[in-house]
Amino acid sequence: MYAQSLLFYVFSACTLLAALRVITARNPVHAVLFLVMAFFSAACLWMQLKAEFLAIVLVLVYVGAVMVLFLFVVMMLDVNIDRTRAGFWRHLPAALLVAFAIALQLWLVLSHGSWQTLAGNPGLKGSNTAALGHLAFTEYLLPLQVAGAILLVAIIAAIALTLRRRKDVRRQDPAEQVAVRRSDRLTLVSMPAEPRAATQRKEG
Amino acid sequence: MDAAAGVPNVSLSAYLGVGALLFAIAVIGIFLNRKNLIVLLMAIELMLLAVNTNFVAFSSYLGDLHGQVFVFFILTVAAAESAIGLAIMVALFRSLNTINVDELDSLKG
Repeated sequence: MYAQSLLFYVFSACTLLAALRVITARNPVHAVLFLVMAFFSAACLWMQLKAEFLAIVLVLVYVGAVMVLFLFVVMMLDVNIDRTRAGFWRHLPAALLVAFAIALQLWLVLSHGSWQTLAGNPGLKGSNTAALGHLAFTEYLLPLQVAGAILLVAIIAAIALTLRRRKDVRRQDPAEQVAVRRSDRLTLVSMPAEPRAATQRKEG
Repeated sequence: MDAAAGVPNVSLSAYLGVGALLFAIAVIGIFLNRKNLIVLLMAIELMLLAVNTNFVAFSSYLGDLHGQVFVFFILTVAAAESAIGLAIMVALFRSLNTINVDELDSLKG
């Protein structure tokens, strides 16, 4: 299975390089595109771990929806790059220190645990999607409903935050038009009648 | 099948190493891009990706599918989070005309 090892190294190198370019890219659009590449390579890694459903979901939901949303927003906002890049590398030593500490801790703790890993071929037997669906709709039914509620809340929040009523546009309000009453538009004034001759002389 | 053949396969700690490195890169990104809100959000996405990779690796190597269900929920919440974050950013840009973190220092929007 040298091919599998080779694929693992290729895809993890792609993921890490793309992640590095995400955080160092000068243009935010390039950063988003490199993030797409990182997600794709990570999906390939997950595919190697036999998590097919999640790999496809990562590409469909993340690359297809979330990253496109990112791209929209990045292109919509006119960001001044030079101002946000000022003093970019100033905190690099501190960043490297913290990142090294975090990576070392993670790796030490996680890779020296006493887990009983499955010998040989990793992964589960049978259809990954069917097994995941079975689990999600039996044992995790309530969390699934909560996840749906979270998505609904997110939709409402996103719309409420970005919906804008423009004040400078004249538009009709049908409800107001229908609900109008005679007294709103018409005023009857009681006044004495003018003599007809006076108006004729005025016109003439 | 490959273990029987005696060929070295990719180990669990290799995947965990990739996850740790990805997380570290995201941390560096948060330090470097502290003025740019968009890239900060992207660094958070990278962190979530690293965490999810660890989850999937453990799930696969321990033969336990619950980790993948967890990743499923993390993806859901992350999508909601980024949608709301981007909406906040758009609203912010509309009212202040900037998303530079240094200039976002007043409470009155």
